[in-house]
Amino acid sequence: MQTTTFKTDEEFFVDPQRCIGCHACEMACAECETNGQLPMISVDYVSRADSPQTSVQVCMHCEDPVCARVCPADAIQKDEFGIVHSATTARCIACANCVIACPFGVPKKFEPTKLMMKCNMCYDRTSAGRKPMCATVCPSGALFYGTRAQLAAQRPASVAVNVFRFGRETVRTKVNVMMPAGATELIVD
Amino acid sequence: MFTTLNWRALRWATCWTMLLLLAVVVGSRSLQNFDGALVAYLFGTLFATFGIVYRYAVWLQRPATQLYWRRGWQLLFSRRFARYARAVATRAAVDVGGQAFIFRRSRARGIAHVLLAWGCLSAFAITLPLTFGWIHFTLQAGSTTLYEAHVFGFRVLTFPHGGLLAFNLFHALNWSSLMVIAGAAYFIRRRVTDAGQIATQAFEMDWLPLVLLVLISVTGLGLTWDYEFMQGRAHAFMGITHAITVILLLVWLPFGKFFHVFQRPAQLGVALYQLEGAAGPQAVCPHTGEPFTSAMHVADVKQVATEIGLDFTLASGGSHLDLSPQGKRAALARAHLAARTRSGRLFG
Repeated sequence: MQTTTFKTDEEFFVDPQRCIGCHACEMACAECETNGQLPMISVDYVSRADSPQTSVQVCMHCEDPVCARVCPADAIQKDEFGIVHSATTARCIACANCVIACPFGVPKKFEPTKLMMKCNMCYDRTSAGRKPMCATVCPSGALFYGTRAQLAAQRPASVAVNVFRFGRETVRTKVNVMMPAGATELIVD
Repeated sequence: MFTTLNWRALRWATCWTMLLLLAVVVGSRSLQNFDGALVAYLFGTLFATFGIVYRYAVWLQRPATQLYWRRGWQLLFSRRFARYARAVATRAAVDVGGQAFIFRRSRARGIAHVLLAWGCLSAFAITLPLTFGWIHFTLQAGSTTLYEAHVFGFRVLTFPHGGLLAFNLFHALNWSSLMVIAGAAYFIRRRVTDAGQIATQAFEMDWLPLVLLVLISVTGLGLTWDYEFMQGRAHAFMGITHAITVILLLVWLPFGKFFHVFQRPAQLGVALYQLEGAAGPQAVCPHTGEPFTSAMHVADVKQVATEIGLDFTLASGGSHLDLSPQGKRAALARAHLAARTRSGRLFG
């Protein structure tokens, strides 16, 4: 139990600007064994009428997860690697507080099964030293899983940022977003 | 220890434990119907009561839990009482009794969980009144073939000890054990074959409860096996191992996975909350222009966020929490594009 070979030197990096909306990550995500064959990643058109821009969103695995803090059932747990897991099936009461409160719009509620599910960074794979499914199939590099050194060599003009400002609230995450060099945070306001 | 002690929870836990003790004394007619052989079970149950009430009281103090707790009762006893009481009764039967939502996860899981849950609940329903001395059996005065069942000291049933009713009454815990073993076997199989479960399971949360339930059931069946087929030769061993496993379970009840049994009824409050929300104004996402939940829900989540020290108020007015999940994802993508555009390089 809890035997793990989670690689702590590898991290998740997202560059939404590189997303081409191909949905390959979505198909791959459904292969994750912890999701019950349901995709937990979100690929959206940002504003279909005005622009071809698409966005890709994985769980950012907040250092102090808002979803867990607003959960009335105490169903969402963060493990020692910083992975915020899907709601515990035994405890989740499907109130959807997490869905409404998550600043990144990540958790998904499945009403028939009374369960919230979310990306848990392919824990079946990452806990065995493998990369998450979505990152292995992303053709454009919007989703990258590896070491900081590998990424720095490939993208010298970008910097990994894990601080987000939503109005007056600052959220720190385990997952990074690739920003222009020199940036220290992503301000969403 | 005293710095982390929750005094409010302590008061509730002490109060409920004392009430149970009083109920045992009164219900067993000043302990005259209390079976001294079961005293260890009684102490285990008192400990479990203290622990469960303590944890429940701490749990209810979480802002989000408190809000649903308060809203649930407010709604139930509102002017829509008749409608909401019906809804609660229906949901209790369907979701708590029939566990329909687990059947929707998988039919086999549903069947296994019903067996496990009702096996456990029926076993508690039989064991606890016996432990408390609320139910006891005697031979009818002047008869060697008729048994009498007494509840709180009052005779409620007379039946021949060799009949079908007696057989089922005296073997009821065996039927519960068989249900539990069948249910637990399915979940054990799942825990060794399902890759998702294997990756995320933990011994104390996922395996220990199953192991305890199987041990209790097997040792319980062992007691019957012993007196039916071994002339009671192993009674002491069977009795002690069964008592140890049951008391371990009772002590473990407030801490581990079993606590979800006491949390699950909160789902009924959520059902009322959603009914009320659906009938009222809806929150419309400024990005998508579509309703995504009730306005009450958004307002309540904002209130909870404030209570736990989160402030998503935007400089442009409004709150980030006014956006639907899709709206939030779009806001993030737009902010990222804006930052890239400002830097003069869209990629890098």
